[in-house]
Amino acid sequence: MLKSMDDFLNLYKQSQEALGREKMRILICAGTGCVANGSLDVYDEFLSRVKEQNLPVKVHLMEEVDDEPHALNISGCHGFCEMGPLVRIEPGGVFYHHVKKDDVKEIVDKHILNNQLVERLLYTHPVTGQTVATQDEIPFYQKQTRVALEHCGRINPDDLNDYIAHGGYQAITRALFNMTPEKVVEEVLDSGLRGRGGGGFPTGKKWQFAASTQGAKKYIICNGDEGDPGAFMDRSVMEGDPHRVLEGMMIAGFAIGADEGYVYVRAEYPLAVKRLKRAVAEAARTGLLGDNILNSGFSFKVNIKEGAGAFVCGEETALIASIEGERGMPRPRPPFPANKGLWNCPTIINNVETLANLPSIILKGGKWFKGFGTEGSPGTKTFALAGQVAHTGLVEIPMGISLREIVFDIGGGLRENKKFKAVQIGGPSGGCLTENHLDLSLDYDELRKAGAMIGSGGLVVMGEDTCMVEVAKFFMGFVQNESCGKCVPCREGTKRMLEILTAITEGRAGEEDLLLLEELALAVQDGSLCGLGKTAPNPVLTTLKYFKDEYIAHIRDKKCPAGVCKALLDYHIDQDKCKGCGLCAKVCPAEAITGNKKEPHVIDVAKCLKCGTCMEKCKFDAIYTA
Amino acid sequence: MQQRKFQRLQNIIDGHEGNVSHLIAILQEVQEEYRYLPEEVLTYIATAMGIPPATVYGVATFYAQFSMIPKGKYVIKVCDGTACHVRGSEPINFALRKELKLTGGEQTTKDLQFTVETVSCLGACGLAPVVVVNENEVHGQMTPAGVLEVLKKFQVQEEN
Ligand SMILES: Cc1cc2nc3c(=O)[nH]c(=O)nc-3n(C[C@H](O)[C@H](O)[C@H](O)COP(=O)(O)O)c2cc1C
Ligand code: SF4
Ligand code: SF4
Ligand code: SF4
Ligand code: FES
Ligand code: FES
Repeated sequence: MLKSMDDFLNLYKQSQEALGREKMRILICAGTGCVANGSLDVYDEFLSRVKEQNLPVKVHLMEEVDDEPHALNISGCHGFCEMGPLVRIEPGGVFYHHVKKDDVKEIVDKHILNNQLVERLLYTHPVTGQTVATQDEIPFYQKQTRVALEHCGRINPDDLNDYIAHGGYQAITRALFNMTPEKVVEEVLDSGLRGRGGGGFPTGKKWQFAASTQGAKKYIICNGDEGDPGAFMDRSVMEGDPHRVLEGMMIAGFAIGADEGYVYVRAEYPLAVKRLKRAVAEAARTGLLGDNILNSGFSFKVNIKEGAGAFVCGEETALIASIEGERGMPRPRPPFPANKGLWNCPTIINNVETLANLPSIILKGGKWFKGFGTEGSPGTKTFALAGQVAHTGLVEIPMGISLREIVFDIGGGLRENKKFKAVQIGGPSGGCLTENHLDLSLDYDELRKAGAMIGSGGLVVMGEDTCMVEVAKFFMGFVQNESCGKCVPCREGTKRMLEILTAITEGRAGEEDLLLLEELALAVQDGSLCGLGKTAPNPVLTTLKYFKDEYIAHIRDKKCPAGVCKALLDYHIDQDKCKGCGLCAKVCPAEAITGNKKEPHVIDVAKCLKCGTCMEKCKFDAIYTA
Repeated sequence: MQQRKFQRLQNIIDGHEGNVSHLIAILQEVQEEYRYLPEEVLTYIATAMGIPPATVYGVATFYAQFSMIPKGKYVIKVCDGTACHVRGSEPINFALRKELKLTGGEQTTKDLQFTVETVSCLGACGLAPVVVVNENEVHGQMTPAGVLEVLKKFQVQEEN
């Protein structure tokens, strides 16, 4: 149990020494993606192979081992999950991908015992055809700058000492012993950090409110709800570097005078919950959480709360209600949580990524942070790059680089040589951007001007065969489902919008419906109580703006140009495949199918109701749509 | 028998010292025990904690995680978040439901073996489309055929 700054420095020294003694560090990614691909088996295999060779091996940083040990660690996500399981070996940062259990023997024999690379598991550059040994040489990583993700993939998330060896908890100790709360707030103000949870509100400003509010009891809440479909960076940070999140909370707590914090994690993230709980217990046991930390006079306690599956609980007031054990319904603001939050006490809610940026800001200074990004949006931002892009994954980039750089340089362009059509950015609150926006600089203000927003940072790339009307319908379905129902514009408005969008995709809408849709969108935007309703129309409004011709095609020509909307496709029978069994004709409710037994049948397109029954029933896959 | 059944329930409530603000956590633990929230259980919780049944029902019906009808032994979640959606989660869901003969809004098979639900984003979008079985078994880059194989594995397991 650490009782003073000296104790802490001692532990830092010991853990650094332990790190320095490591002859080799083998990191096996144990993020959700890699675990799904079998990385835990790879870990077990490494362990038994290394033991078989009688090499000195340790699985915790501080384990006492004679000689120079081989450290075997799990790590958090590297972001390149679709290449998983990933194995990284230090020194040198050698990067092996798609490592299966059966590959382990070769890695041990060649790399670990003889310092030779296992060529076939290295990354091959798709254009030059060259293999590269290290992560930094892979195009996916080359335009990235890691701040919040600094340690993700580099350290063992289940080992507090490993975090400390890599400089962990130095920021909070510096704040505790060398800074005043005012100075901490000032540093964060100087950094220009804007909240990464969606709104982009300056973090320092928010803290100022709470710091100046009187109250014996204050709270810090870490928002780990991440309900935004298509986003997973908060998950990766919580799983890959949980202590960093705790340290960020402590810094925030010290700054505003809070002595207790909550992490609200969504229920779908069991691994994040597990790692966080472990981190809290370990930090408390070591004396880095609890009463009078390192005898500094500052106390801080952290509770983990699991959400129960409601997107709206990411909204601040709803989140507070949910922690209090109630239905997670937003309430009007003011009062703002910074004045009256959890159990009516002043409360600051910050996003996971926002908090993860703080240790670096305190250690390296606000100016350093401002050196990245743009004037109005400093720093770096993580994005979940997904959809029809060649390389999906989690990336962290300096704000201000262009959409084109993300999609084509980092993401490697579209898969299967598809043509780029759009990128949906910011989830259900965000919007769809087009080819014309590819050179847009990614920051809060530029995106807002284009009608989209960074939101939590989901970035879904869509190719030519995506129907933008269907995408708008998809998001509307999501928010309609997730609306808490408290206010009418959101509850009823999104429902009507979904109905209209459905009618359009089924070819049942007229041109007047487009006007109604737009009118409704503006009404929902204006009249809703919380951000969910206020931003819900964004995907519709942006697609209406940038892809109007697609809506028109659905309405006027009853055609889906991308060939997605089933009801607008005609059903045909492949004359070569059809065996003439007659089953389709029998089930067709419209009597649209005719033909003689054992001869190819045909569908009368004019009579067909497009119900799809025939296609489902045909045993010979003879029926297709076009 | 009845007594024993509620004893476990009472232990969960006691574990939270009857703290009303822990209602969600209590319901989560109870649901883990019963695999769903039977009506009598909700009533019991309300009485034991001294809060109106409407409060307990209100919370239990608000959150997607809670189910008032029994779920299957295997809960299969098909992700229909944006990333999975654009990479073909619908055909996967369709194939599963067809194989299990689930119609309309039905989620659970009659023999209470399988539940199929769609969820929005499991946070593994890099592997889209994603299917998760019983919380922890993640299958990435799924296809309709692939998901039927996963299903088959459990069906065989059950027969033996
Ligand atoms: C409907 C809705 C859902 C939200 N979901 C999240 C979320 O999942 N995670 C998050 O950090 N912020 C979410 N937010 C934003 C938060 O309410 C809040 O602004 C944010 O957590 C503040 O942290 P920041 O200042 O670090 O950005 C959501 C907002 C709304 C209106
Ligand atoms: S806008 Fe929608 S989600 Fe927000 S409070 Fe109103 S009904 Fe609930
Ligand atoms: S069910 Fe298929 S094979 Fe049989 S008649 Fe119809 S199209 Fe031909
Ligand atoms: S889609 Fe329906 S209505 Fe059309 S031919 Fe097939 S069964 Fe008949
Ligand atoms: S989980 Fe291993 S790289 Fe993302
Ligand atoms: S969209 Fe399916 S895992 Fe994120």
